[in-house]
Amino acid sequence: MGAIVVSKLGKAYRQYPTRWSRLAEWMLPGARPRHQLKWVLQDIGFSVAPGEAVGLIGINGAGKSTLLKLITGTTQPTTGSVYMEGRVAALLELGMGFHPDFTGRQNAYMAGQLLGMTVEEISALMPQIEAFAEIGDYMDQPVRVYSSGMQMRVAFSVATARRPDILIVDEALSVGDAYFQHKSFERIRQFRRQGTTLLLVSHDKQAIQSVCDRALLLDGGRLAREGAPEEIMDYYNAMIAERENDNMRATVRLNQLDGGKLQTVSGTGEATVADIALLDEHGARVEVVDVGAPVTLQVTVRAHAPIPRMVLGYMIKDRLGQPMYGTNTHLKELPLDDVAAGEDVVYRFAFPMNLGPGSYSVATAIVSTDTHLVNNYEWRDLALVFTVVNMRRPYFEGSAWLDPAVDIQRT
Amino acid sequence: MIPATMLRGLWAYRGFVLGSVKREFQSKYSNAMLGAVWSLLAPLAMIVVYTVIFSQVMHGRLPAGSGAADTPYAYSIWLCAGILTWNLFAEIVARGQGMFIEQANLIKKISFPRICLPLIVVLNALLNFGIIFGLFTVFLLASGTFPGWIFFALLPVLALQVLLAIGIGMIAGVLNVFFRDVGQFVTIAMQFWFWLTPIVYPASILPADVRPLLDWNPMAHVIRAWQDVLVKGTAPDWAGLAPVALLALLLCAFGLRLFRRRAGEMVDEL
Repeated sequence: MGAIVVSKLGKAYRQYPTRWSRLAEWMLPGARPRHQLKWVLQDIGFSVAPGEAVGLIGINGAGKSTLLKLITGTTQPTTGSVYMEGRVAALLELGMGFHPDFTGRQNAYMAGQLLGMTVEEISALMPQIEAFAEIGDYMDQPVRVYSSGMQMRVAFSVATARRPDILIVDEALSVGDAYFQHKSFERIRQFRRQGTTLLLVSHDKQAIQSVCDRALLLDGGRLAREGAPEEIMDYYNAMIAERENDNMRATVRLNQLDGGKLQTVSGTGEATVADIALLDEHGARVEVVDVGAPVTLQVTVRAHAPIPRMVLGYMIKDRLGQPMYGTNTHLKELPLDDVAAGEDVVYRFAFPMNLGPGSYSVATAIVSTDTHLVNNYEWRDLALVFTVVNMRRPYFEGSAWLDPAVDIQRT
Repeated sequence: MIPATMLRGLWAYRGFVLGSVKREFQSKYSNAMLGAVWSLLAPLAMIVVYTVIFSQVMHGRLPAGSGAADTPYAYSIWLCAGILTWNLFAEIVARGQGMFIEQANLIKKISFPRICLPLIVVLNALLNFGIIFGLFTVFLLASGTFPGWIFFALLPVLALQVLLAIGIGMIAGVLNVFFRDVGQFVTIAMQFWFWLTPIVYPASILPADVRPLLDWNPMAHVIRAWQDVLVKGTAPDWAGLAPVALLALLLCAFGLRLFRRRAGEMVDEL
């Protein structure tokens, strides 16, 4: 239960030059087609194994929503097919079809019925739905007096009242306050642990990387890449940078690293990272660092063309690609002006390694301002990988070293 | 005629269908102080208007006959038999032609068996009809003009009429998504159809050479069946209704086929 198989899926909308041409096409026997097909999705094929979590990313208009609609069966595909096993719940348009004059409870029944549940089933789930939505007496007030967040709470609670075999989530979850977002995300995680297959569409890097096993990148109606979430997110970010970048010389390159990881490098290449190393307090290169040890990140940048203003940034990420810490020389108010072609610049960033045990990577960016969207000379993911181990401290949890001074008073 | 997958979909979503009917009924009256009374007042007002205008002002007369035809209520009963049932027919056609456009949001965003929508329209109209016709039946019983067992001959007539209505409604509903002119046209056509059917006037006042043309109006046969049973207490003209039944089935079959073939395109068009 819970598998999704999408094969050769395509969707095209018919476009008629005038209203009359559709009538002509319908009515005249043996008439030639008078419409043009506008393809929004083409040749999409992937499968999701039961219990797997897959993230779907892509810029607006890439076809994400259309793909989800095809998968849930709201729209019919022009080519190909979708096969799904088990009960599907889709959180696409939360609160769709809520009637403003009815109470939250009545609308909850309606929403449940739209999911194919019977009144008895919904009644049995109602206490749980109310408890999860946490909107108190508002449950028996008409929905027109609700805030959009409250409406969304009720809708989410109904849609996830029963654990589905397949859960399809659109960015709907970005509505609602931080508290409820956490709560709803926790419920999705819980479903995951119980074996629900998850298909998640989001622009939120954290969400994709912390929940998904795999990610799909959709671009221009086609499946552009498929792979580990971290790798796809890096590629996606590089792709956005490319789009924004005026300089068309830039391309996204992928380097295969030892251990099978893919490194994304993008940018114009007018300046590149020639060398990057993590140094211990004696200046020796290290790959394994003790928690709290003083280290220096040394980056050598080589300019291949004159750079009017150069900023170096770096980001330390954990093994899921979630940012731990990032800064740049623009934020540190140390940009360099007029770097000549052929010049080598050595940057040294000294800091204590206040991270928890685990594997981390460093991404670097050579830019002209504080983002990589204006002039992207080079963006390099996984430029350096290092491991933090705990050799001298008592055991602790988490990915940050926030050692407290403990004071306890007993009376 | 209806594929098994459609029936399974309907059964799985029976909760949604019944819930929608209930909610629509509630929402219609929930903010009105008189509530469901309004569903009685509207047709009642229409009957009063027609009774006054036709029987008093224009001196409409019914041809003499048996049963209720000779009582003082004859013309009112005759009017009710025609207008209440025409209203059922008209409501299904009107709601049918607009059902997909009205529910565009739902259709575009949520995956559910779309065939639920025509069923909801029919059930809603039948509910409204049931209330007013139930009261009318009580009136018949109270005034001693109830036609007796022949009354139940109206059930097949009712079924036939609903089939005819939803067949037309479904065809108009699907076409209306692609050609919005259809909705406008149907609204106007229904006005003409009402006056071209002997509902407020008896067929006998028509010139003799026009009267045979009524045979080509399917609703004339249906309405006459109601009038025969309720006013004269005689059985409907089954032979005359047979071609209408055939037409209703053909329209339904065509409507379903159109619906199934265009359902996917419809979602894209809405």
